[in-house]
Amino acid sequence: MTLRRVFLFPARAWMAVFFAAPLGIVCGYSFLTRGEYGGVEEPWTLENFLRLADPLYLAILWRSVWIAAVATALCVALGFPLALFIARGGKRKTLWLQLVLLPFWTSFLVRTYAWLFILRDTGLVNTLLQAMHVTSAPLPLLYNEGAVLLGLVYNFLPFFVLPMYATLERLDPALLEASADLGARPMATLRRVIVPLSMPGIVAGAMLVFIPSLGAYLTPDLLGGGKTVMLGNLVQNQFTTARDWPFGSAASLVLMLVSAWLLGTLMRSRVAKELL
Amino acid sequence: MLKQRALGVYAACIFVFLHAPLVILIFFSFNAGRFTVWEGFSTRWYEAAMNDQQLADGLANSLTIALIAAALSTVIGTAAAYGMWRRGARWLSGMLYLSLVTPEIVTGVSLLALYQWAFRFLHLQLGMHTVIVAHVAFSIAYVTIVVAARLRNYDRTLEEAAMDLGATEWRAFTRVTLPAIAPAVAAAGLLALVVSFDDYVITSLVAGVDSETLPMVIYAMARRGVSPVVNAVSALIVVAFGALILLSQRLQDP
Repeated sequence: MTLRRVFLFPARAWMAVFFAAPLGIVCGYSFLTRGEYGGVEEPWTLENFLRLADPLYLAILWRSVWIAAVATALCVALGFPLALFIARGGKRKTLWLQLVLLPFWTSFLVRTYAWLFILRDTGLVNTLLQAMHVTSAPLPLLYNEGAVLLGLVYNFLPFFVLPMYATLERLDPALLEASADLGARPMATLRRVIVPLSMPGIVAGAMLVFIPSLGAYLTPDLLGGGKTVMLGNLVQNQFTTARDWPFGSAASLVLMLVSAWLLGTLMRSRVAKELL
Repeated sequence: MLKQRALGVYAACIFVFLHAPLVILIFFSFNAGRFTVWEGFSTRWYEAAMNDQQLADGLANSLTIALIAAALSTVIGTAAAYGMWRRGARWLSGMLYLSLVTPEIVTGVSLLALYQWAFRFLHLQLGMHTVIVAHVAFSIAYVTIVVAARLRNYDRTLEEAAMDLGATEWRAFTRVTLPAIAPAVAAAGLLALVVSFDDYVITSLVAGVDSETLPMVIYAMARRGVSPVVNAVSALIVVAFGALILLSQRLQDP
């Protein structure tokens, strides 16, 4: 074996046994039947996938896509101006980027818990509102779709800002000057020059937000409080409480295939070559 | 052009949005009272956290797991990055990217399925070892990406020179390349440490009764209702993570 092969072997073996093989098992389980005591048995069937089309589960599927799409749209709307600001930040660029990234690097669990702490009935927002006599009873800020959206946007905004910033930073300033010289107002330059030229960054950033949002588990679990069930929560529930592994596997497979497909599209696009 | 000042005001708002929750959390961890009304400065919740046996056990487990998993994944990931440096390895890099985008919950349940299947043949149970194996599996990608980024800027002729002067491939790696990329390897290790220490979703699925980690304890406490003790622990985690990540970034581009 050449040295190169020796160096690659441990990673290849580890990923094959502890990443690819488990996904293969889940893939197989999704075509099997649930056993009497929660095990997995033959016969082979498509039943699990058909069950996903049941209105109850279709609603979960739809909610996941909908919440992920809205979270992505919000990240694009909030992140684009921020990325524009950072790209023009001159010497302070690194500092601004650090400010975006630093909270992102603190524990995911802690960041989500922080919102739990702020939004709960006796949390900061409700305490302030009542102290100022704006409301007389605590507002139900937690355990709804809004709270889940807030958590997703908060957690994944940096995923959009980074590729967006990288794209905007490479825009040739001469093009913007040309646009202004030819009489375009700032908003026209933004709409007809900056946005079209930075489309690859927008698409890449949007994908990077959409993929983890679609498969989110912890955020809907903590901030949605079991009322805003998304695909990730369905999978977890089937594997633990409900003990229906074949059905949970089918849901996992759908989730994984969509994520892998989106990643594949992203990697094959022009965007990846420019940014990665 | 759009006014940079207007954008600046907007950016300031977003920075507040990003940082305020953590600042508020830390601020109220020093509150004497239990609720979100300031009742005076106190370190009582930190004392309560220090004296909590569950938190202490969770911390010990988390540190053990994170240190072992980070060490293993740093070695494996660095080797992989070096192996992929001159000539790509399509299957492996595909798997590594896939492991980054696969939802954690899916990675978790599929590992659980593998373990349950393997336990039919082996006399093992879920425990620290199953958590460590899982953490290594998802940390390799992070390590490889950080080290590969450094190798891309590394002058390959240095290694060729070493070999022209009679060094074997292995000696050229250990004596020339590895010392040159050592800061990036250290940075990757710190990143793996943080990623492993922080994980809740996968860990909660593959942990046994004796391997409850700190995030699992925090999650259980948060689920039971907000306790200022959780704020205190969270504040400590935020500060520790922040320091480690800043150190990691300093190492990556000095």
